Amino acid sequence: MKKDYKFNQYYKSLNVFSIALIILSLIFLIFKGLNYGVDFKGGTLIEIRVETEKPDIEVLRSSFNKLNLGKISIKNFGSDNDFVVKFKRDELNDPEFIENLQRNLSQELTYDFSFRRVENVGPKVSSELLKAGVTAICLSLMAMLIYIWIRFEWQFSVGAIAALFHDVIITLGIFSALSLEINLSIVAAVLTIVGYSMNDTVVIYDRVRENLKKYSDIKIFDLTNLSINETLSRTIITSSTTLLALLSIFLFGGEILKGFSLAMILGVILGTYSSIFIANPLLVFFKVSQKTVLKEDN
Amino acid sequence: MLYFSKLKITLIALFTLFMVMVSSSNFLDLDLDKQKKIKLGLDLQGGSYLLLELDNEPVIKQKLQSKLLEIKDYFKKNKIKILSLKLDDKLIKLKVSKDDVEKVEEIFNDKESTINPYYFQYKAHQLDVKINSDVFNLELSKYGIILIKNASLDQAIEIVRKRVDEVGTNEPNILKRGNDRILLELPGLDNPDRIKSLLGKTADLAFRLESKTSNESFGTEKLKLIETGEELLLSKRVIISGDNLVDASPRMDSLNNQTVVSFTLDRVGSKRFAQATKRNIGTRLAIVLDGQIISAPVIRDVIAGGSGQISGGFTFQSATDLALLLRSGALPAPLNIIEERTVGPDLGQDSINAGILSLIIGFLLVIGFMTLKYRIFGIIANFTLIINLILLISILTLLEATLTLPGIAGIILTVGMAVDANVLIFERIKEETSKEKNNLIAFDNGYSKSKITILDANITTIIAAIILFIFGSGPVKGFSITLCVGILTTLFSVFFIARLLTSIYVKINKHKEIIIK
Repeated sequence: MKKDYKFNQYYKSLNVFSIALIILSLIFLIFKGLNYGVDFKGGTLIEIRVETEKPDIEVLRSSFNKLNLGKISIKNFGSDNDFVVKFKRDELNDPEFIENLQRNLSQELTYDFSFRRVENVGPKVSSELLKAGVTAICLSLMAMLIYIWIRFEWQFSVGAIAALFHDVIITLGIFSALSLEINLSIVAAVLTIVGYSMNDTVVIYDRVRENLKKYSDIKIFDLTNLSINETLSRTIITSSTTLLALLSIFLFGGEILKGFSLAMILGVILGTYSSIFIANPLLVFFKVSQKTVLKEDN
Repeated sequence: MLYFSKLKITLIALFTLFMVMVSSSNFLDLDLDKQKKIKLGLDLQGGSYLLLELDNEPVIKQKLQSKLLEIKDYFKKNKIKILSLKLDDKLIKLKVSKDDVEKVEEIFNDKESTINPYYFQYKAHQLDVKINSDVFNLELSKYGIILIKNASLDQAIEIVRKRVDEVGTNEPNILKRGNDRILLELPGLDNPDRIKSLLGKTADLAFRLESKTSNESFGTEKLKLIETGEELLLSKRVIISGDNLVDASPRMDSLNNQTVVSFTLDRVGSKRFAQATKRNIGTRLAIVLDGQIISAPVIRDVIAGGSGQISGGFTFQSATDLALLLRSGALPAPLNIIEERTVGPDLGQDSINAGILSLIIGFLLVIGFMTLKYRIFGIIANFTLIINLILLISILTLLEATLTLPGIAGIILTVGMAVDANVLIFERIKEETSKEKNNLIAFDNGYSKSKITILDANITTIIAAIILFIFGSGPVKGFSITLCVGILTTLFSVFFIARLLTSIYVKINKHKEIIIK
């Protein structure tokens, strides 16, 4: 059964759509910014479990507010009895801080509770982690650019990187729009998205290159369409199995991996989309032809 | 591509069998001495992660102070007149007469200089010298500072290890980070408060005498008594310091039912202590810890035995802690906690359960999908996937890698992405079988044509994983390790296991029509 969908008819309209999404994402990123977690903003995070029938977040909030911790944020975390409390604290040296906090809180709350997780990140470390995260993402993009440049021609390299930027910017844009927390695991997710999206693009590009050598009479516009169709079932199957695995993490992997798996799910969908509708139209735009790829063989 | 020699088949089978055995040691308790197991990260087994930073300012100031004296001595010995010599923050300003400038410059720039050393080891001097007519501005060079920091970090790690060991935690991990940081991993510890309070103290102990006048040759300073807040004027002369202690332990004083810390001094310390107490009967002896007076008893008699006790309104716990700090010695500089992450044991267990549940479900979903899609080849792909997981687990075991929650996510992701290589091959074979009637040739072409694509596609993910490994920290590093190893095992299992199985299948069905859906 030969597939022959006309993907290339949608190049223009979907490109406009993608550009609009990117602009929207950039607007969110610039004006609303990202919701950094304690990893990147510094401060204290406490995951607390309360032992009561119907825990009321407002009771918990007012109890914490009485403890003079400055501005606190409190959110439900997974199950009804688990909450995450975050506040700013620059001085991490007081060894009795958590003990005192536990004691003071037990005077405010009438039911039992336990601290399941405590994270303190000083301002120095958080800024270093942020710097390392940004460096890692930039470096990975650069490494991909160079790798594709070595393996293919520069037109392919630019196309692949444009697709990557598209995926990373829109994923971060969605995180900004929904105020989802950015922490260390999101950086890991973004890097994996970079790897995955690239993987997808490379498979199609490989086929484009092969077809370019094979057919001298097909224009790049139709040739990309042919290559997309030839690799389509692989694209769909791999995206499906990856999404199935990620869905399993998202649903059953616990609250801590929620953000990570969500970012990855977005990234895989965007990566699959961009390797078809961003990476290929750019080859058309650069007027890639048989000459482009034969040059590299000589 | 489909041909396998007997030897190769045997090797693959033996290798796989070996890996199955290695990975099984994680699940069976064989009670072997050298049994390797995957370690669980702190986020899974619960525990504390502390990042400590050494505040080296005082050490550097102290070093410069002693350098000042060194220079004074050196110049005196070499008969060069110093017009003025002072320490201005971190800058030593040395003024000499105009006639000596050249000579002094030579002294500082001499490669074998003893007053400005290190040139031969590091191709840089300890001090950077800037000359401003007859004034020399001396500053610690980059290497000078690094050497000071390294020395003080080594010393601090030693002390931290002693203190942590004394508390008796389960397999602590103490690592150097850069030249002024210490990473401390304390598995199984859900309340790091005691360790934090022990590490937060420099434990710089000194026995000093109360001074009657403020113009003593050693200088004096006023310090506070912790209990009463009373201020005492103390001589800066240190009679004995923590270095002279050979032992310290908490004890109940039977006379007044107080908890005290009793100590034993070394030979030098005993002698000095005896002399000082002999000469100063009636004077108060202050026991100073980290700039505060713990107690200041009046000397009533000579203490000659080389042992004594410190009282200061201790509880049994605080006496135990003080004894521990004194036994382990003083930190060269204060330690600051700059990052702390603690996971309780229940959360760790919950994470393990959730991780395993999602791994099983993810695995079943992928396997089900592949079986439905590819039937017999789906089963080959699934079998390959199982081998792949076993290989992944055994390599992590051999590396004694640490498995974290994101690490488990990396394994699940590997499950999802690993079938990609097989899918690429199957899809290719599908195209080839439509053109080529001979199954052997068609399958062979399918494998060889998809090889480059598979390598290209996987290398990009490996690049991303390696960058993550370099820049990531803690649990995220665990993710990059499983992702990286997962790709390697995927490539192996696809190109050896799956190919072997496919070749067997194709040889059996050489003359039938094989259709991959």
